[in-house]
Amino acid sequence: MTLQAIKTEPAMALPAPSAAVVALPPTPKRRSASRWLGMLRHAAVRVVPPLIVVVLLLVIWELTCRGAGSTLPPPSRVLSDTRDLIVDPFYDHGGIDKGLFWHIYASLKRVALGYSLAAVAGIALGTLVGQSIWAMRGLDPIFQVLRTIPPLAWLPLSLAAFRDGEPSAIFVIFITSIWPIIINTAVGIRNIPQDYRNVAAVVQLNPLEFFWKVMLPSAAPYIFTGLRIGIGLSWLAIIAAEMLIGGVGIGFFIWDAWNSSHISEIILALVYVGIVGFVLDRLIAGLGKLVTHGVSAS
Amino acid sequence: MQPYLKLDYIGKTFTRGAVTTEVLKDVCLDIARGDYVSIIGHSGCGKSTLLNIVAGLTRATVGGVLLENREVNSPGPDRAVVFQNHSLLPWLTVYQNVQLGVDKVFAKTKSRAERHDWTMHNLNLVQMAHAKDKRPSEISGGMKQRVGIARALAMEPKVLLLDEPFGALDALTRAHLQDSVMALHQKLNNTILMITHDVDEAVLLSDRIVMMTNGPSARIGEVLEVPLPHPRNRLELASNPTYLKCRQRVLEFLYERHRFVEAA
Ligand SMILES: Nc1ncnc2c1ncn2[C@@H]1O[C@H](COP(=O)(O)OP(=O)(O)OP(=O)(O)O)[C@@H](O)[C@H]1O
Ligand SMILES: [Mg+2]
Repeated sequence: MTLQAIKTEPAMALPAPSAAVVALPPTPKRRSASRWLGMLRHAAVRVVPPLIVVVLLLVIWELTCRGAGSTLPPPSRVLSDTRDLIVDPFYDHGGIDKGLFWHIYASLKRVALGYSLAAVAGIALGTLVGQSIWAMRGLDPIFQVLRTIPPLAWLPLSLAAFRDGEPSAIFVIFITSIWPIIINTAVGIRNIPQDYRNVAAVVQLNPLEFFWKVMLPSAAPYIFTGLRIGIGLSWLAIIAAEMLIGGVGIGFFIWDAWNSSHISEIILALVYVGIVGFVLDRLIAGLGKLVTHGVSAS
Repeated sequence: MQPYLKLDYIGKTFTRGAVTTEVLKDVCLDIARGDYVSIIGHSGCGKSTLLNIVAGLTRATVGGVLLENREVNSPGPDRAVVFQNHSLLPWLTVYQNVQLGVDKVFAKTKSRAERHDWTMHNLNLVQMAHAKDKRPSEISGGMKQRVGIARALAMEPKVLLLDEPFGALDALTRAHLQDSVMALHQKLNNTILMITHDVDEAVLLSDRIVMMTNGPSARIGEVLEVPLPHPRNRLELASNPTYLKCRQRVLEFLYERHRFVEAA
């Protein structure tokens, strides 16, 4: 976010002088140059330390796993073993013999579906629980019990209900990510200041207008906290669920690699899983920042 | 003649568990159209509770509020409120905050363009048109309060309710806004009910000052007419004998009552 803000400013500052006088441009140019330098320094401060740590860890790993009796491959072997997978993530030989891109794509598709359903249902239920004292009394204890059930415990039940792996996996995502969304939305709704309710009452907003114009924006910071926890849990659950249901997907890819003793492929897949999870988290966080811009600062 | 706004034996009791507190008792007040009435009293005596009852945000336990002879007991734009802490919605711009009320109140009677003009007209009234695209977090406390006033005015309320509208402001900004409200009242001649705990503010702005006794079971202790002609000028009034006499009366009331409570 901060990086972007710094980047856009000089771009916006430039056109004005060029439209006015020819003598002016040097100043903004120099300023934009120093901005770029500042940005570079800023980026370096954030990127260099983790880079050093990663290199250090790789060296330690290399040294410890180099020996003949080692059960795990060192990074150099991982790299040479998985070169084909890294170089061409898009191949497709039919069945489950596909590039890593297709596996991750399949997993993401399941997450997207299950998570979207959870977001819609979670915000709706959370609003109900936050708004109505009776809904809270009735539903909250049930939610508190259900949310402690581990995601995978739902899988056999959903397999029994849907008789198919695909909807079962989506259901597991749904049921895993919905609880934090419900609970955070409810807290957000309950925390809407009485002042805002009074304003809405004086203006006589109807319930639907109140929901869109006051409730959602006011509770948005809480809702996005729930959504962010939810996406993290979804990604945790999908890998485990896919190991059990099989088919295309990064979870089953890992399981398959284990069964055929391709330890290097497992390690590569783990790296990808981590990166995708990180990107998903940042995506929701960024979206939240965008949407709730200005709300928290009152 | 029937009064424009009538508070008819209003009583309010709060019940929390087994504890009940009677906050207001037998509050009666008649307000004529175009009147500027202030309610003054010590903190916690129930001024906000009374205003909220008039606004319809709180239900009275006994008694009722009559506006043009019709009982009102739910909130509505005909009794727009300017809240003590501005209560602007932080995710909307200044313009959108005012527009929110305008769009609801004039949904059927004004076209889209007319509603825009009316929103801008009211922002102009409080001199806030220049900041129409700013968010509340980007403007000062005095400006927020101005927007709050514009939002309330834009609903064309029959009665404008002000709950310590200048309470959170510094003295200079407060004086400035008081002058603005005076000028607006002069121009629009709306009926205003204002809560304050500032004696000078009450005398400067109002036609009548309602002094409330201390709670619990607060009542109206005394009503004082302020026979000063409008428009008023704060500098000239500073040495005006009528002004000083009114000021003295209010101070005496508050001071006596306050002493009374401490002795009890
Ligand atoms: N919802 C409530 N439940 C119980 N008691 C309440 C409630 N609201 C207000 N009170 C009590 O009613 C009394 C009057 O409150 P109110 O806010 O009307 O006072 P006030 O005159 O506006 O004070 P201030 O000048 O400090 O704003 C207080 O003693 C308060 O504790
Ligand atoms: Mg109050």
